[in-house]
Amino acid sequence: MRTSRLELAGAAIIVLAAATAAYAQPKYGFGKPATPAEIAAWNIDVDRDGKALPPGKGSVAQGHELFDAQCASCHGAKGEGGLGDKLVGGQGTLATPKPVKTVGSYWPYAPTLFDYIRRAMPLNAPQSLTNDQVYAVSAYILNLNGLVPENATLDAKSLAAVKMPNRNGFVQDPRPDAHNKACMSNC
Amino acid sequence: MSSRQKNKESDRASAATRRQFIGAGSAMLGGAAIAAASPGRALALDTPSDPNGPPNIPEWMKQPGADVGSQVYGTPSSFEKKVIRNVSKTLKQYTSASCRTPLQELDGIITPNGVFYERHHGGIPDIDPAQHRLMIHGLVERPTIFTMDQIRRYPSESRIHFLECSGNPGFEAIYSKTASDLVGLLSCAEWTGVPLKTVLDDVGLKPGAKWIVAEGADAAALTRSIPIEKCLDDAMLVYSQNGERLRPAQGYPLRLLLPGFEGNTNVKWLRRLHVVTEPVYSREETSKYTDLMPDGTARQFTFYMEAKSIITRPSGTQKIEKGFNEITGLAWTGHGKITKVDISTDGGKSWQAAKLQDPVLTRALTRFRFPWMWDGKPAVIMSRATDETGYVQPSFAELKAVRGLKSFYHNNAIQPWKVAESGEVSNANVKA
Repeated sequence: MRTSRLELAGAAIIVLAAATAAYAQPKYGFGKPATPAEIAAWNIDVDRDGKALPPGKGSVAQGHELFDAQCASCHGAKGEGGLGDKLVGGQGTLATPKPVKTVGSYWPYAPTLFDYIRRAMPLNAPQSLTNDQVYAVSAYILNLNGLVPENATLDAKSLAAVKMPNRNGFVQDPRPDAHNKACMSNC
Repeated sequence: MSSRQKNKESDRASAATRRQFIGAGSAMLGGAAIAAASPGRALALDTPSDPNGPPNIPEWMKQPGADVGSQVYGTPSSFEKKVIRNVSKTLKQYTSASCRTPLQELDGIITPNGVFYERHHGGIPDIDPAQHRLMIHGLVERPTIFTMDQIRRYPSESRIHFLECSGNPGFEAIYSKTASDLVGLLSCAEWTGVPLKTVLDDVGLKPGAKWIVAEGADAAALTRSIPIEKCLDDAMLVYSQNGERLRPAQGYPLRLLLPGFEGNTNVKWLRRLHVVTEPVYSREETSKYTDLMPDGTARQFTFYMEAKSIITRPSGTQKIEKGFNEITGLAWTGHGKITKVDISTDGGKSWQAAKLQDPVLTRALTRFRFPWMWDGKPAVIMSRATDETGYVQPSFAELKAVRGLKSFYHNNAIQPWKVAESGEVSNANVKA
């Protein structure tokens, strides 16, 4: 029996439709759907462009007060470091034999500061600061690094607009970059 | 007291009496043994201070040992107390810190769970698996929340892979004493879990899914961005390690495993996978885990651990004797299998191939062995690994020439050990 082109095309459409349906259905389907509210509550990722920064604001002065109370014991009164990382200074040192990596000298994106403080700081009580407080502490650390003025108040828009000195300092992984010839004798 | 218990008590009493009696006799017999021993032979066992050596019967043969099940979760012999994690006593704090596997004390390729290396950024959380959840969201057809029971319903796989911290050791920390001090942020285990691809296929990736941000449920809420290619290749959601559930320090109840990638990306206590188009550029992939070069630029997303090896015996602080000594150690690469390990016993002037112990597995530790007759003269011994891409482990000088001393991460240099005339082994890297 001959099969017409039309029949073949029809069969193809049916197969395609079945395949699409199979793709749309999970093979196992374990778990329960995550609701938008659940996702919003758990997703605290802030990208480098700061588009996911939350509402709120905080000033350098407010940040100064908070820093003294909750950060200085580890990071030093002026962010000079101690138990915790040095946060301030080092600009212009990265290409020298004694590079000093800090928020001001090394961090490429200001929104990352908000992301990290909110999720992980202070070390003994992470996720205890309000968004306003995180903006304030971020503002103070940036001010200590000379990147925002003393009277600055930062929010989603203004924090994302802070241009970090080392923004273009990162390159892709070029390895392998060492080429040992595996000499076996008379090396 | 029951009669059974009474009998047991009197058995113990008579055993003790027997021991005393035999002990007294053994001192005399031991003395005779020394007199009879040929001169020049080591008398390690045949001395009065070794009452359990020949001709005496060891005391542990003359009374029953501990009861079956006396340890409901077994621990090593009480004589192995030095085989423990290598924890620095001088750290500034221990919440975000690391401790090391005692590599020079171990055999084979599997790291016992109790001495697996640790690196935490906000301490070790104590998570109830019944309350733990994994959320997958972002560029997926079906954003989903999983319980641990649901994760374990997926078809499972077991694979042996190494894990290594990328700062192991830092470029300015190559002068420490032991193999563990230098390279102990390295361990290897059999991991069981579900291929991440299986779960991603189930929730359905949307167009534009290029990276996945993985987040831990620890106090650091640690986040790393992982390329989608790796997630769809050999990445696993792991819940077991060496046959038992993950230890809390290794991410209980769920961790990400990215074979061959630097340890930090293998996010522990995994709670969230956010499927995105661009990396999130978290603190852990900008401020940390980036490699600063002499020109001031920093390499980013330096995921793969390159081929590396270390001699674990003889190694720093050990002592050897003249004559036969087996040189053994570990080799590994993030780029597949180890194909060759060469050994030099003359400070790198000449090299000979070591024997690779089966199994030689992809992205797993490989054990190598090399027979060596030491003539008693000072020597420098070292190992050099080659992997299936043809890449050869470099010398420290070769790495330094390209990267300087400030990149901290990804030091995979050859480690030389100095053997002194006394047989004492020490780090041949000496600070100038």
